[in-house]
Amino acid sequence: MSLRADLEIIQQWIRPGSRVLDLGCGEGQLLRHLRDHKQVQGYGLEIDPDKISSCIRHGVNVMEQNLDESLDNFEDNSFDTVVMTQSLQAMHYPDRVLEDMLRIGHEGILTFPNFAHWRCRWYLGTKGRMPVSEFMPYTWYNTPNIHFCTFKDFEQLCRERNIKVLNRLVVDQTHQSSWLSGLWPNMLGEVAIYRVSR
Amino acid sequence: MSRLPADSVGLVTPQRQTFTDPLPLACGTPLNSYELVYETYGELNASASNAVLICHALSGHHHAAGYHSADDRKPGWWDNCIGPGKAIDTNRFFVVSLNNLGGCHGSTGPSSINPETGKSYGASFPVVTVEDWVHSQARLADVLGIQQWAAVVGGSLGGMQALQWAISYPERVRHCVAIATAPKLSAQNIAFNEVARQAIITDPDFHNGDYAAFGVIPKRGLMLARMVGHITYLSDDSMGAKFGRDLRSDQLNYDLTSVEFEVESYLRYQGQEFSGRFDANTYLLMTKALDYFDPAAANGGDLARTLAVVQARCLVMSFTTDWRFSPARSRELVDGLLAARKDVSYLEIEAAQGHDAFLLPIPRYIEALSGYMNRIEVNQ
Repeated sequence: MSLRADLEIIQQWIRPGSRVLDLGCGEGQLLRHLRDHKQVQGYGLEIDPDKISSCIRHGVNVMEQNLDESLDNFEDNSFDTVVMTQSLQAMHYPDRVLEDMLRIGHEGILTFPNFAHWRCRWYLGTKGRMPVSEFMPYTWYNTPNIHFCTFKDFEQLCRERNIKVLNRLVVDQTHQSSWLSGLWPNMLGEVAIYRVSR
Repeated sequence: MSRLPADSVGLVTPQRQTFTDPLPLACGTPLNSYELVYETYGELNASASNAVLICHALSGHHHAAGYHSADDRKPGWWDNCIGPGKAIDTNRFFVVSLNNLGGCHGSTGPSSINPETGKSYGASFPVVTVEDWVHSQARLADVLGIQQWAAVVGGSLGGMQALQWAISYPERVRHCVAIATAPKLSAQNIAFNEVARQAIITDPDFHNGDYAAFGVIPKRGLMLARMVGHITYLSDDSMGAKFGRDLRSDQLNYDLTSVEFEVESYLRYQGQEFSGRFDANTYLLMTKALDYFDPAAANGGDLARTLAVVQARCLVMSFTTDWRFSPARSRELVDGLLAARKDVSYLEIEAAQGHDAFLLPIPRYIEALSGYMNRIEVNQ
């Protein structure tokens, strides 16, 4: 099974035998990989019925639960790592979810697109319209992505909430990192993978 | 003679097993001997690793799938899920379905003859609990050579049995599938059961449960009990869609007793039909078993601690419009399993049919059950 590039990076940050909660787990690719290769006890939250069915068929623990409603049913420090890939920008209260991730888990791993990438800036700057691309294919009125932010914004939030950034990997859409995006991440990085803790 | 559908388990014959070792009961009075009537579908494999137990709900019984005769109008109560190629695939699994103790479909219950007196038990039949049922089912498993169930599956009161199995015999259950159920009833839920019981108990034909001796049955009470129960199994939406405010005739009669609305007619029919085929004492017993179920009570109400012993992987499912066993109650169970660090999946199925949904072929529900069951490993 070949793993999605971002999940390949994430799995390297997860310890064998640990407990992982995946917020918005999709079809459970990451949790399957972690179960089969790292003896991880994982649980995923998902709201898409087809994706939930897929998790069930693959023997992944999945719970039908909306991240925007509440994560109160998860006890403090009950997981080693809480993962959320490509969903932060779709949350009603991204800050609350981030706080919850670090209440429930010792570490959090998040990925989200960078709204300050030069292509977004170029699109907005030249056309004067909200950026639409293959990578972010929605128009402003039907997008699930209601809280776009930039790397700087996210790191500012982390500082305000006393959240430590343990690792940051800035990559392009295919999750390759380059010396350029390392040089000027907030301009040249398209996606960031953050590993955070209290 | 009509042809049976290809995906049916076909003609089935109920079997019975007599137990002569006294069964200790929660109430303190053991049952000295008893019979359980059951059906099986599919073949038990050589390693006996493919056995699935189906636990029935309040008014259910052992006849879960297939037909007793080619002339039967309807198959067993869960035929849409049990059969070759169905969600609980009898090509893979050996499925066991029994009538619980205290029932009125062949297993020893209030309408059976008490061998010690030569008369029917009637009111003297002991109150049995979900835990008692599970112990009696374990003895049946022993007889059938099943050391461990691949899965124990049930909806509503049946889901409570599946859960109790995972708690009472953790090493004997690999998977627990609990559908439209709760870790204990709420006050409102007990209240509905009490209305049903009062309807039966206050029927002049009830005779303190010994109606058989008087050659009568408390039909009216049982009918009322079923009517109120039935309302709670449906949703406001499903009743609205089915009946609305439709009248049986063109106009209102302006009298106080005639059947005017279609919904009245339907409920009366359901109640009457039920009162002709179900035993009143059994109904009382089943509702008591529901009310008493509260496995966490043994641990001061701590559900997670109660579930700590569970070894089974669990699948919990609820239905959005079910208000008798609402999704919130299933989530309590899921949270308990999570806190106990057990493997659990939870689905909240969008369905308009209320509590009854667990018996209906709702595509997403069937797909999930099927996906889960197909994933269960069985050796040869």
